[in-house]
Amino acid sequence: MELSVKILRYNPEKDSKPYFQEYKVPGVAEDWRLLDVLHEIKWKLDGTLTFRRSCAHGVCGSDGIRVNGKNRLACSILLKDLNYKKTIIIEPLPAMPIIKDLVVDMTSFFQKYEVIKPYLITKTPPPPDAERFQSNEDAEKLFESAKCILCGCCTTSCPSTWTNDNYIGPAALLKTYRFVFDTRDEAPDERLDIIDNPDGIWRCHTIFNCIETCPKEINITWHISQLKTRLATREF
Amino acid sequence: MIKTYDVVIIGAGGAGLRAAVEIPKEYSCAVISKVFPPRSHTGTAQGGVCAALGNMEEDSWENHAFDTVKGSDYLGDQDAIEVMCQDAVRAIIELEHMGMPFSRNEDGKIAQRKFGGHTKPADPADPYGKRIPVMRACYSADRTGHVMLQTLYENCIKNQVSFFSEYFVTQLLVENGVCSGVVAMDISTGEIHTFHAKAVVFATGGYGRAFQITSNAHVGTGDGTNLVYRAGLPLEDMEFFQFHPTGLWRLGILVSEAARGEGGILKNKDGERFMQKYAPTVMDLAPRDMVSRAIITEIREGKGIRGSDGTDYVLLDVSHLGKKVIDEKLPEITGFARTYLGVEPTKEPIPIQPTAHYAMGGIPTDIDGRVFANEKGDIIKGFYAAGECACVSVHGGNRLGTNSLLDIIIFGRRSGKAVAEFIKTADYSPLPENTEEQTRKEIEALKTSTGKESILNIRTELQVMMMNKCGVFRNEKELKEGIEELKQLKERYKNISIQDKGNIFNTDLMEAIELGNLLDSAEATLYSAENRQESRGAHTREDYTNRDDENWMKHTFITKANGSEPKITYKPVVITRYKPMERKY
Ligand SMILES: Cc1cc2nc3c(=O)[nH]c(=O)nc-3n(C[C@H](O)[C@H](O)[C@H](O)COP(=O)(O)OP(=O)(O)OC[C@H]3O[C@@H](n4cnc5c(N)ncnc54)[C@H](O)[C@@H]3O)c2cc1C
Ligand code: SF4
Ligand code: SF4
Ligand code: FES
Repeated sequence: MELSVKILRYNPEKDSKPYFQEYKVPGVAEDWRLLDVLHEIKWKLDGTLTFRRSCAHGVCGSDGIRVNGKNRLACSILLKDLNYKKTIIIEPLPAMPIIKDLVVDMTSFFQKYEVIKPYLITKTPPPPDAERFQSNEDAEKLFESAKCILCGCCTTSCPSTWTNDNYIGPAALLKTYRFVFDTRDEAPDERLDIIDNPDGIWRCHTIFNCIETCPKEINITWHISQLKTRLATREF
Repeated sequence: MIKTYDVVIIGAGGAGLRAAVEIPKEYSCAVISKVFPPRSHTGTAQGGVCAALGNMEEDSWENHAFDTVKGSDYLGDQDAIEVMCQDAVRAIIELEHMGMPFSRNEDGKIAQRKFGGHTKPADPADPYGKRIPVMRACYSADRTGHVMLQTLYENCIKNQVSFFSEYFVTQLLVENGVCSGVVAMDISTGEIHTFHAKAVVFATGGYGRAFQITSNAHVGTGDGTNLVYRAGLPLEDMEFFQFHPTGLWRLGILVSEAARGEGGILKNKDGERFMQKYAPTVMDLAPRDMVSRAIITEIREGKGIRGSDGTDYVLLDVSHLGKKVIDEKLPEITGFARTYLGVEPTKEPIPIQPTAHYAMGGIPTDIDGRVFANEKGDIIKGFYAAGECACVSVHGGNRLGTNSLLDIIIFGRRSGKAVAEFIKTADYSPLPENTEEQTRKEIEALKTSTGKESILNIRTELQVMMMNKCGVFRNEKELKEGIEELKQLKERYKNISIQDKGNIFNTDLMEAIELGNLLDSAEATLYSAENRQESRGAHTREDYTNRDDENWMKHTFITKANGSEPKITYKPVVITRYKPMERKY
């Protein structure tokens, strides 16, 4: 079948502002990934079309894009999951500067992630020749948050991010959870202090956009609410 | 522009990041990667990383070493294997201390599960007698590589390592046996930079993209291996490329061995558990080379199932494990089957076929990552390599599952340590003249070319040829045809043109350069495969069906000779305590 897609194009070396370009892509099938469509265009119709990708199966987080108004991974969405009889609209992730076509500048996204000290902090030395003890139950409490592939779909879908650049955003909050609730970590308060401010966790108004968009189906707001409860009940 | 760092590490997968963690803060260290570090291929590893922790049952590093030697079909260097297996327990504990979230057993220790080729003696008094599968693979559900990569990245952030993400390395600067740095393109601007360094570490991963069906990411194009080859340095054992038995039909996406480790079963079209015939004791948990051969054999005997794309597949059944085990232990891989093939693994079997997976061969190094200039063992000063791009060689003819994640943390660390020692006294070697000229010329040539050839056609033809002529089964006739086809593809490559002529984020240009790298990696693989007249590990010759220890117990070293055919020399295999035996499971 033939598919029609409109892609937001922007090449700073040529264009003064972004514009939509329509492509008619012949020979596609409904079990194709959207990434296959992008490749089909790049490899057969227009070599200048620019996007990021690597693993092609939803584990590296490279190819977050906006599809019909929703943030998705191009490699994790099949045509049959889209209304492919109508033109599909593809744009770069919002709320980040465009470098070229679907490639956005993720610097601020990674900065926010680094701010929350995304590494285990311990004071007590671990047992010299053995692992630290952790029950499987406690370990599994971290797994959902550790699943995050830092694709940026959530943070850039969040209305609070749109209205305030400084908002730390759901991905960084999820990472905060990953360490605050790790029974091995000994600096939860340091991290809670970092997110306990108006541009931190309190800018989240539980609007749920983030959950709807997360390609790893992480219940982000549940994790944020755990942090909020922890903050509300912490003793100094 | 010239940037100067004590150490430059190319690659931000497990090997590169583990090396970076080892560089003391007082030295400047840059990690260059063509993708953001957490996008590196290590993150896709699923099943586990092994060490004889003995958390679930009795085990020992000697058991692990024996399995690795046997799994390698006796081509692995036993000194290196002993180093790796002996250090494995410490390395895993260290990862845990760094923060890696592992699945746990009932005692709150790191959980372990079975994996192909990992065994222990059924009777401890008879270490070389009958062996049974052992739980040795440490894991974090089926996202082991993902959390390992994240943990290492996090530790680099903690250590304030300088990252040059989305920089594409195009040239290795090595002259007269001395390495002085690399040349790289900043992808987002197209600017060319020279990185002048006292020590360079290559950790650039594999080249599965040379094959049509592969589990490897699009970025797995063998750039590092090829830069070494093009610099006139040797590559080792390039004929040994692993086909993983269970890739999702048509897509090649990996379904980890963990599925079989947890009890999944392979079946042919008649529902027969065919591994019973090929490996009566360990069955579905036989090493990968054997299972891949078994699948292709079944298919050739007409016992596969014909898919809509005209290719044949067999079935991997996990449905009997029950929803709970599947959701807890194999959530990710069963999700892939659901998303991409519309198959519900809790109810129906998953269509699978062998997928090109792992390069056992690569840049030859000693156990501290120092790169060999030749088969005699001379060293390139200031040049190190680790991980999948390197060949130590611990995997020999066939890698065991979970030994690669181990390889990258053990030898990544050892390289890092060796570099840290080296830079204490080393000076900057002078850069060659006009370092950036070669890269600039190549890029200019690609941008101005008006040739009629396309990246897509050449790459597809290469991938199909490698799959058909240099795949699970090989023979002289087809390998020779493959070499001829490759020569033509290389000729045609000279006439490719690209449409994107810009500087900013030019992925068209990158794909063209990557294709050049794939062609050279394929060249080294084909010639090495054609040359080795025996069957060993993943290299199966239909015209030389037996392993031939008398003539072929040696490593292949292949070097690009200017213009003419590549040159092949040999290096003996290091044997310490394990005498070659027939490899039966
Ligand atoms: C799907 C899958 C599942 C796997 N599962 C397991 C498992 O369960 N257990 C196990 O032990 N092994 C597993 N493996 C194998 C293992 O994951 C890899 O061999 C290993 O992760 C390789 O790590 P690395 O650090 O050597 O390279 P990679 O992680 O591939 O990293 C390569 C790095 O080099 C960079 N790079 C490459 N070329 C350039 C260039 N030209 N310029 C700049 N940077 C460059 C890349 O950006 C990247 O950062 C699996 C492999 C696959 C494909
Ligand atoms: S729930 Fe919070 S983080 Fe998620 S979209 Fe809403 S405001 Fe943003
Ligand atoms: S939480 Fe989900 S959407 Fe957000 S960055 Fe992680 S994987 Fe992407
Ligand atoms: S390409 Fe890796 S997540 Fe889509």
